[in-house]
Amino acid sequence: MSEYVLETKNLGIDFGGLTAVNNFSIRVEKGDIYGLIGPNGAGKTTVFNMLTKVYEPSRGTILVNGTDIGKMSTIEVSRIGIARTFQNIRLFSELNVEDNVKIGFHNSISYSLADSLLRTGKFHSEEKDLHEKALELLGIFKLEEFADHKAGSLPYGAQRRLEIARALATNPCLLLLDEPAAGMNPVETQELMDTIKQIRDRFGISILLIEHDMKLVMGVCEKITVLNFGQVLMNGTPEEVQNDPEVIKAYLGD
Amino acid sequence: MKFLSYLISGIRLGSIYAIIALGYTMVYGIAKMLNFAHGDVIMIGAYVAFFALYRAGLPLIVSLLADVAVCTVLGITIEKLAYKPLRSATSLAVLITAIGVSYFLQNAALLLWGSTSKIFPTILDYGFIELFNGELKISYLILITILTCVVIMVCLTLFVNKTKLGKAMRACSEDKDAARLMGINVNSVISLTFAIGSGLAAVASLLLCATYPTVTPTLGSMPGIKAFTAAVLGGIGSIPGAFLGGLLLGIIEVIAKVYISSELTDAIVFSVLILVLLFKPAGLLGKKTNEKV
Amino acid sequence: MKKIEETLKKLFSNQYRQRTVSYLIVVLAYVIIETAIRTGNISNTIKSLLIPTCSYIVAALALNLLVGYLGDLCLGQAGFMAVGAFFGVVAAAFFAKYISSNVLVLILAIVVGGVLSGACGALIGIPVLKLQGDYLAIVTLAFCQIIKTLLLNLYVGIDSRGLHFSFITDNTNMDPDGVLVIKGAIGANVTKKLSSFTAGVLLILFALFVIYNLINSRHGRAIQACRDNRIAASSVGIPVNKYKLLAFVVSAILTGMAGTLYGLGFSSLKASKFDFNLSILILVYVVLGGLGNMTGTIVSTTLLLVIPEALRAFNDYRMIIYSIVLIAVMLISNNATIMFYLKRCKEYCRKLFPKRRTE
Repeated sequence: MSEYVLETKNLGIDFGGLTAVNNFSIRVEKGDIYGLIGPNGAGKTTVFNMLTKVYEPSRGTILVNGTDIGKMSTIEVSRIGIARTFQNIRLFSELNVEDNVKIGFHNSISYSLADSLLRTGKFHSEEKDLHEKALELLGIFKLEEFADHKAGSLPYGAQRRLEIARALATNPCLLLLDEPAAGMNPVETQELMDTIKQIRDRFGISILLIEHDMKLVMGVCEKITVLNFGQVLMNGTPEEVQNDPEVIKAYLGD
Repeated sequence: MKFLSYLISGIRLGSIYAIIALGYTMVYGIAKMLNFAHGDVIMIGAYVAFFALYRAGLPLIVSLLADVAVCTVLGITIEKLAYKPLRSATSLAVLITAIGVSYFLQNAALLLWGSTSKIFPTILDYGFIELFNGELKISYLILITILTCVVIMVCLTLFVNKTKLGKAMRACSEDKDAARLMGINVNSVISLTFAIGSGLAAVASLLLCATYPTVTPTLGSMPGIKAFTAAVLGGIGSIPGAFLGGLLLGIIEVIAKVYISSELTDAIVFSVLILVLLFKPAGLLGKKTNEKV
Repeated sequence: MKKIEETLKKLFSNQYRQRTVSYLIVVLAYVIIETAIRTGNISNTIKSLLIPTCSYIVAALALNLLVGYLGDLCLGQAGFMAVGAFFGVVAAAFFAKYISSNVLVLILAIVVGGVLSGACGALIGIPVLKLQGDYLAIVTLAFCQIIKTLLLNLYVGIDSRGLHFSFITDNTNMDPDGVLVIKGAIGANVTKKLSSFTAGVLLILFALFVIYNLINSRHGRAIQACRDNRIAASSVGIPVNKYKLLAFVVSAILTGMAGTLYGLGFSSLKASKFDFNLSILILVYVVLGGLGNMTGTIVSTTLLLVIPEALRAFNDYRMIIYSIVLIAVMLISNNATIMFYLKRCKEYCRKLFPKRRTE
């Protein structure tokens, strides 16, 4: 067993002739809240897409708890314990809120197709458990009152929270949050910060997040990696990053 | 030599498919809809050609112009009445409406002109040219068909790539909202696309009737499906794709009919389509679009 | 008494209401029509429509599983129906030699038709997984045309030695006692019309049972997840391809069964009947009935089959009227202003007749 939940070594990807990310190496320990920041177009979401195998990396290795996920598909990566949210919210918008979370639990229930067609006892008991687990999880995110609302009809902030709840339902060891505070007002952002810490403590997982809201990043992250033009600019604590001239230059220009 | 003459008749059939396929592909490219009624516009065109040439005894060129005019007006009318109100509806709703329009045209024709087929007199009989000491005979009709298709292809490509209107069309095909913000009148661009497609349908109807001289209310449906298949084979939305797909489909159809089995021709043609899409999911010349995550 | 009340409450709860209404409508329609038949209050045209209507309803329900829940457009329903119809007829002729019970023969034939059509569904599912949207539609359409062409050239005969197949020309070489069941372009010969209205209604109930139980389970949720967002579905560990294929095969099986029911309801059967227009017709039923709405599908299929019959009086104009109605319905249901006023009317009616509160 490796001491790192996530370890990448010299990860890189090319699109055509263009190198989008290169030599990306980070180490996320158990229980970390880790920030990934950088100017627009630095390649942050591309890193997430490589970690979840939406894109196939051109170079480098990704280890999750010591296991190489190089040959895995998006689905297998989810089963090994990486869950994510998306920058441009991707909910199952025609389904209701409870079903969205239930779909996250898909692989933790085991009744077969025959069980569902014949409505066996196993089906009923597992569905009952599932209903309770789903409501409990929605409760953490203050979404239980919306349980039978269509996911697509929720207000923006609630949609972001639902996406996190759905990701947690897959029982991950590492949660990737892609701009969780985008479009939220300051009050919602403050609540989100509390929720993120609460999730870490309650589920004992590590969180890697991309965010432009520096108040949030500096407020919750213990470690930060700065990405610029697809390269790691620096790794460090929030204080180190805030005072680094290179980082300030990358954000503000020369 | 036999093979060469089959190949040529395949190219002729393919040219007709290509002209019809252009109508499908352009409308799909701009309006993002499958215009199921396109085949029936061809059918109306065939009736118009029949009445103009045979009943009214108009000269060929006048008939052709009248045919193009009628079909163009018909195409624009259909677009304005049936499709325009559905700009923001789901693609499925538009598809069903197009099916409704297709039923309407077929049954209107049935009502107006009856179900008995009308037989065209020979409309284009200019004789043959002989090659290889008379071993290969090619009728002028075949040459005219192929030439028409090539000319239309070249003109359309030039129009879309070189003119201001063509640029507006390409812009609408990429992103209608952005095009509207740039001051392009999206509605008139869509009408123009339908007009061009339907005008081409008129030309195709005349060439089709010169090859198969029977006109019935369901005349358009099979060539319509085949041409649509051709458009998908070549990559729907792409003008050179429609040309390539049409020619390939015509050649495969004729060659399969002669050398493999006339009964199984349709099965072979459609199997080729499935096989091509297995390896090139966007068709031969289609652009593969990746969803941004 | 209390128990009955509780069950009723559960049946009409939000979760189950749709299902209950679907089953109720089918059973009610059955009782009414069956009574009309018994008392001789039904015209022969309507009577001859009963089995095809049941068959189209099942095919439309199966298509709604694909279009409404999986979100993929399929234009190959006629192909699956044809497979079910032709091989169901062959199976019926074959089993009839060994089994005397008509009901059992019909059930076996429906199972064979469903299984073979399901196999075709799996076969077409492989290219389908790679394609999306309109490309998928054209591949299923192509598949339908291929099936039709192949069936037009198929010869199947039965003699004392068993089944004989041949292709393109009749080379079945049967013993003198042999009978040709499928004769190429001439079509199939149905020796015994085994389908009945009751069988049709039972098949509808079976299809509803399968679809509702599938949709309201983890498998059904996974299918809908693939529809709403493929990328998000695979990011939470849902094998998208597996569930797409599952939906395709289940839909094909049900459609094949519908085909067998249809085939065994006529004395002769032609492959040319199962062309692309039939697929389109079924798609129209589904869209007008509402995507994912099974009750709506049943109602729209029935209405759209009955309306042309009711318009017999205006024989020449009926198909024109039909097409205009179709266009008008699409234009009206997609017109925001009209729908807005309809909604207002509904709310107004609700205020006029407030629901009595039931405890």
